[in-house]
Amino acid sequence: MMDDLRELYQEVILDHGKNPRNFRHPDDANREAKGENPMCGDRFMVYLTLKDGVVDDVAFQGRGCAISTASASMMTELVRGKSAAEAEKLFHAFHELCTQDEPDIPEGVDDETMEKLMVMSGVRQFPVRVKCATLAWHAMNAALHGEAAASSDQF
Amino acid sequence: MSDAILNQAYDVQRVREDFPILARSVHARKGKPGKPLVYLDSGASAQKPRQVIQAMTRFLEEDYSNIHRGVHFLSQTATDQFEAVRTKVARFLNAPSDRCIVFTRSSTEAINLVAASYGRTFLNEGDEVILSIMEHHANIVPWQLLQAEKNIVIKVVPCDEDGVLDMDAYKDLLSDRTKLVAITHCSNVLGTVTPAKAIARLAHERGVPVLFDGSQAVVHGTVDVQDIDADFYVFTSHKLYGPTGLGVLYGKYDLLKKMPPYQGGGDMIESVSFEGTTFKAPPSRFEAGTPPITEVIGLGAAIDYVEALGRDAIAAHEHDLLQYATQQLSQIDGLRIVGTAPGKGPIISFALEGVHPHDVGTIVDQYGVAVRVGRHCAEPLAERFDVGPTVRASFGLYNTREEADALVQSLQAVKEFFGA
Repeated sequence: MMDDLRELYQEVILDHGKNPRNFRHPDDANREAKGENPMCGDRFMVYLTLKDGVVDDVAFQGRGCAISTASASMMTELVRGKSAAEAEKLFHAFHELCTQDEPDIPEGVDDETMEKLMVMSGVRQFPVRVKCATLAWHAMNAALHGEAAASSDQF
Repeated sequence: MSDAILNQAYDVQRVREDFPILARSVHARKGKPGKPLVYLDSGASAQKPRQVIQAMTRFLEEDYSNIHRGVHFLSQTATDQFEAVRTKVARFLNAPSDRCIVFTRSSTEAINLVAASYGRTFLNEGDEVILSIMEHHANIVPWQLLQAEKNIVIKVVPCDEDGVLDMDAYKDLLSDRTKLVAITHCSNVLGTVTPAKAIARLAHERGVPVLFDGSQAVVHGTVDVQDIDADFYVFTSHKLYGPTGLGVLYGKYDLLKKMPPYQGGGDMIESVSFEGTTFKAPPSRFEAGTPPITEVIGLGAAIDYVEALGRDAIAAHEHDLLQYATQQLSQIDGLRIVGTAPGKGPIISFALEGVHPHDVGTIVDQYGVAVRVGRHCAEPLAERFDVGPTVRASFGLYNTREEADALVQSLQAVKEFFGA
């Protein structure tokens, strides 16, 4: 059972949880959405700078557990430089990985990206923590679609 | 009787045998044994002794039928048993009469009943309701609904750093505009036991009725509604080792008599016609529809159970656990206990520096330790102590010092994990 814990809290996740990347509010952000988990009070703002349909910059601020913080941090690294369509595809791929035993991954996600997404997929063994892992991704997806907020009530 | 003598008489291992679920392990898989369950979440809901489970099973197998209607044998048998529990609850709270005991679905519904029936009838624009900072959402939101409808004003009594209710502030808040006080008798987060008798006396000096949320208090000590002089007192069955789906409202009969029905339906009417319907007297007036009959039987068995163990003996046992666990937890570096009021109930909320409570909860769970994490349905309180979410270990009559040790050991593992 401790193996599951190690799977969930891999070194890379502990690192991103403690030292989140892109933890800031970019001046030129033109989209933002709040992600909130009312159950535990985790709350993130995800900021996007969309230029010509491409995610030029992506960052986040807020507070949450190690899982939600690490996932938000890793999300920013994966989504930056992608087109809006690709970013949305990554959201769906990640959502599948976290929630399905046999995930239906959209085509066109390269192996390196898949590997990085897989790091968080240990959360599947911990159903109550899936919302932590997907919180910032939902917020990112909401921001892509010009929505102001994503609440884990609706996930 | 001294604590020591009581504790000698209290055989917790024998008590544990009454609770079948405590024998199970958790997280067993594929040939690997699980971890023994360490259940430290009784503040959310308590486990049920065999005596409660069997009383409900026996009732369903032998005596079940609808109550208060029908002339047949079973209906009369079921009604008698159901009403005997009302009398038992009245005695449990030292209520002057079983007419003062209303069965509801939960503490939450009991408070909503008072807000909707008493509140809508007797409170008007500008009238003030006094709550405290340490209320469960169940004793905040019903008053906010009333606020939205009637434009009443909600005032909030603060607490100090230990979680002690600020009685000076309470006195200052009481005024001619105060029309109701609704305060917890024991905080579900801090464990603070509030001075109910003094709260009621000060309100009564101004003719203001007081409601106490006793959801936690009835579990950890003896409650005497006449001694407190409570006008309304609510509690829930499932935290008192009884079944879910059942709460209790105690109300002074003079108040209940003045209150209109909360819900309409069968069992609460004298006669119904389309020209006009007349309602029964309390408590029936507030018990529309078929009540949770089997659950009421279960609550009766739960009350018998805690009374047989002795409420003072239970309180002494829980106090010992609280002292011991507090002492052990305090030795963990970076652990901050929120709520250190003298005389508090066996509830310990804490934050562990550098580790989010959700992560703490997941890891200790792998060691078999069940705790609550989050804001415990008391968000304003979390803001007050600026802690955000916390971990809460709550102890019940079946917990042991060894289980407190297991919690401490699992927290050491959390710290190693996170290098905190």
